[in-house]
Formats: sequence, C-alpha cells, structure tokens
Amino acid sequence: MAQQSDIKYIAPVAVDIKKKKYCRFKKSGIKYIDYKDGEFLKKFVNEQGKILPRRLTGTSLKYQKKVAQAVKRARHLALLPFVTDNLKSN
Amino acid sequence: MANQYETVFIMTPVLSEEQMKETVQKFEKILTDKGAEIVHQENWGLRKLEYPIQKKSSGFYHLIEFKAEGEVVEALELQYRRDERIMRFLTVSMDKYAIAYAEKRRANRKEKAAEKVEVKEEAPVVEQPQEVNNESNQTEQAQ
Repeated sequence: MAQQSDIKYIAPVAVDIKKKKYCRFKKSGIKYIDYKDGEFLKKFVNEQGKILPRRLTGTSLKYQKKVAQAVKRARHLALLPFVTDNLKSN
Repeated sequence: MANQYETVFIMTPVLSEEQMKETVQKFEKILTDKGAEIVHQENWGLRKLEYPIQKKSSGFYHLIEFKAEGEVVEALELQYRRDERIMRFLTVSMDKYAIAYAEKRRANRKEKAAEKVEVKEEAPVVEQPQEVNNESNQTEQAQ
C-alpha cells in the first residue's frame, strides 16, 4: 500500500495535459439542434437520461440552452426517456 | 406574414394502416381548410416509444410542416385533444435555422429513399417486373 501511494506522488499526475474542451456546435457550424434525432441527443444525456452539464460536454451556453430544449422536446415525444437505467447499453 | 410550423403527432398503435392514413388525412384537411399551406410531410410509421404512453409501448408517428397564421395552431391542437386516436402531439414554430435544417434533412431523406428504391428495383426485376414496381411504390408511400 505504502509503495503504491509513493509512486502516485513521484509520477506527475496527468491532469495538466488535459485536452481543452470546445463547443462542438460552434466548431462544426451547426445552427439548429433537431429534437427528432433521438440518437444524436443521446450524446448529451447520461445513462439515466439526465442532461449532461456544460462543464462535462464543453458546449457553449448558447447551444447548451438549445440542447436542453431539444432533449425536453424529444422526451415529450417519447424519443428519449425521462428516466431510465443503462440508456447507453440499450 | 405567416409563420412556418412543424407538428409531430403520435397515433395509437391500435389503428390499422388505413385508419392511420384516414387520421392523417383528417388533420391535413383541418390544416388546409384553415388556409394553411402544407410544405412537407413525413410518415415515420410504427415506432417503439421510449416509455409507455396510455399503456402502449409503440405508436404511429407523423410529421407535418406547414405555413400558417398562429390561430391555426390553436385550432389544430384543439382537434388533437379532441381526437382520442392521438396519444401525443408537439407543434413548434420554426426559425430560419430550423427551416434550413428541415430542407437539408428533406434532401437527405429523398436521396436515401431513391437509393432504396433503386436497389429494390434492380434486385428481383427479372421475374415479375410489374409487381416489384408496385411494391416499391407502396414502400415509398409508407416512408
């Protein structure tokens, strides 16, 4: 146990080399997020069907609002579940 | 100026194919009677729902894009609520990006449909060409 923790401190933790997040909509020039495309929207929800926060996906505020709107519309039309388990594995 | 709207509704899976088409026609008529111009229609067919609605786990989806005044939407939604064949509906107004996206999507779907038809026609043409043509026409309508 002691050895393991030593190694942890000796080797620099790879946090600093983290890739910079970017907004995929800004980058690829997508202007409209479609609520009818359930498969695409699954990228922005976690396994329980909750909308992922901006700090995880890197989406800009402008498009996060649109993503949220689209996910909610898709849920209403039963294209996405409100709550579930193992969304990704299905 | 009239706005462009997009409406999706889910019909109960209890309906037969004909009944479903009848329902779609009914709502088309409601729209056109109110002076709406139907831009585009899509029938997604029977789809599985992600969660049960009215204890049904699937439904017929249909999408209509139309140009109309705002009052038409209210009238349409009132009819949706009165019709027990409709399980769910959603009407959204489209901004310029949505319209651009819809046009692109339409073009994509057309291409895909054309490809499918071509493949079908090419494959079993040798035996009974006429019947094959009929079949592919039907599938086109279904899509």
